[in-house]
Amino acid sequence: MTTTRRDILKGAGALTLASAIGAPMRVRAEGKVLKIGQLGVMSGPEASWGLVNKYSAMATAEMYNARGGVEIDGELYRIEIVSVDDRNDPKLTVSGAERLTGEEGIRYFIGPNMDTTATSVRPIAEKNQAMYIPYAFDRSLYTAPARNAILGMIASYQVAPVMYKILRDERGVKKVAFLARNDSDGLLQRDEAVKVAEGLGLEILAQDTYEPSVTDFFPVVANIVGQNPDLIVMSAVAPAHCPQIMRSAREMGYVGLFSSEAAQDIKIIREVAGEYGDGLVSIGGASTPEIRSAYMEDFIEKYNAVAGEWNDEAGTKAYALEMILMTLRRTGAAGIGDIALFQKAVDGFSERNPFLKEDAALTYVGMADYGQKRQIGVPMVITETKGGDFTTLSIGSVAS
Amino acid sequence: MEQILVNGAILAANYALIALGITLIFSIMNVLNFAHGQMFMFGGLIVYWTVAQLGLPYAVGLAMAAVAVGLIGMAFEVFFFRRVMRDSTREENTMLLAVGTALLLENAALSLFGEKQRGIPPIVTGVYRIGDAFLPANRALVFGISLVLIVAILLFVTYSKTGRAMRALAQDRTATLLMGVDTARISTLGFGLGAALAGIAGGLLITVSGVNAGIGTAISTKAFIMIMIGGAGVVSGALLGAVALGFIEAFGYAYLPGSLTYLMIFVALILFLLIRPQGIMGKPWG
Repeated sequence: MTTTRRDILKGAGALTLASAIGAPMRVRAEGKVLKIGQLGVMSGPEASWGLVNKYSAMATAEMYNARGGVEIDGELYRIEIVSVDDRNDPKLTVSGAERLTGEEGIRYFIGPNMDTTATSVRPIAEKNQAMYIPYAFDRSLYTAPARNAILGMIASYQVAPVMYKILRDERGVKKVAFLARNDSDGLLQRDEAVKVAEGLGLEILAQDTYEPSVTDFFPVVANIVGQNPDLIVMSAVAPAHCPQIMRSAREMGYVGLFSSEAAQDIKIIREVAGEYGDGLVSIGGASTPEIRSAYMEDFIEKYNAVAGEWNDEAGTKAYALEMILMTLRRTGAAGIGDIALFQKAVDGFSERNPFLKEDAALTYVGMADYGQKRQIGVPMVITETKGGDFTTLSIGSVAS
Repeated sequence: MEQILVNGAILAANYALIALGITLIFSIMNVLNFAHGQMFMFGGLIVYWTVAQLGLPYAVGLAMAAVAVGLIGMAFEVFFFRRVMRDSTREENTMLLAVGTALLLENAALSLFGEKQRGIPPIVTGVYRIGDAFLPANRALVFGISLVLIVAILLFVTYSKTGRAMRALAQDRTATLLMGVDTARISTLGFGLGAALAGIAGGLLITVSGVNAGIGTAISTKAFIMIMIGGAGVVSGALLGAVALGFIEAFGYAYLPGSLTYLMIFVALILFLLIRPQGIMGKPWG
């Protein structure tokens, strides 16, 4: 048998086909059931983004199901999570959304995780009358006439002005180099952040990019380290890549700060960056020990049971299912099948934030950025890595 | 310039181990191992588990990675590939099988080790200066170990009885069988050795950049590029491909915008294959 180059191409085709085959996974429940979808990247290099969504939803569902379910209009609904892996491929995101909102009849789902996949879902969600909570920052998803998406976290362009101002005023940062992941999310975040940095009078030394498939950052960071910036901004950096960039830059003699407008994970930073893990300023969730409530502690415990270990990103992603359920309790049972009621409830929604120990209102926000409330009001917690831990640098919120 | 050369040399040595493994399997079995990157990933994760979870020395972890991934490769050959190659009349079936084993390993790794990037502390710390270039001591050590392993593999396939049988099998399976060589055993050993090399490469690089369950496809893609440049199934070609890719990458990142480097590599590869489709070194084993 002779293997030719043609066969190699056939094999590559087969790889694509095999990748496309995937059945949705579900956490089954009995009795009256409320099905919630979760659609995102759960395999490949970005797997952690979607898996944290999945594990967070499962942990929240377990917390409710342990009490018999979520009470809506006096009746208990056990929560069933239906998960679909889109492998970060918009074609699979579309078929996954069709499956969730069509065959499964689901009206609320969490995800997707990227701009490309989140925008590909929009027509399906609008056609099948479903609400979804993406973790992508493209403004068009949340700005009218779009009405079906609710941003599940703080956008990079919301945190950048706060973060850079702190770094300029309190840490003496003057020269900035940008290193962006070369995809739509990375480039969008970099472009928005460059505008913010320029607005604050910071000098932009470089705007480099890297491929998401890069396996060694040592040659990638050589150029920007050579320009001796005070701050390296890593746009849309994956938790897997962030400590690699930090370690490579430090090994080349870089002594400045790093920043990321995406949530990172301290265990990965400890393991991969090791002694070079200090000096990263990034956005955290509601999970920093200083602010978390007993309810959040319970969530962390359930998350650990589901996923095997805690992931700091889950501090932000804990909010998605909780907000869907709290809003459905407002709309009543009719809202389970009618998203118009949900959309109406969003505007006036305000509950005590269960994840914070201090009394704070949890609302939908977004009027300032999107002209409508299409964002979960997750606290804006900016952290810095010091001695192998996240320390809180600032706590704020997005303008309502 | 010194930094670019250092970066290129380090990348080349790392890539050479990966390329050697995949070309060994390809030449002996005529199987393009789509799971090679996943075997690399598994090797890294086994070292992580041994060192970070069990607290055993790094050398034990590396040996375990080589043995475990080698055994996985041998099991794949005995239970999957041998049967398909014997019974199937369609050549692409082995590739579909290889893709299947890649997905199997990736999902097994996700279940066993989770979705996070995993890393262990460097084996040695510190940074050397070579002119204006920085060379972290750990990367220098990994570079040295890689070179020693490459030389050892070359000596093994050139001078040992088993190595000569592997080369014979790669050149002509029927003639090798007629010479009384146990081709089934040699195929199993060859697959195991190729897989073990991938495991060792993963085990070495987890000390440098860490690995995650999803890294396999990117590693396999690079391995394919290397053997396409050097010539599929040729050991010297694999090494040449690794050196070429390592230095092209280092120079590309230095002189081109980051996003253009791999675009240019793929364009150059297409043009190169139009001129020399068999790669630089031509047919298996020269």
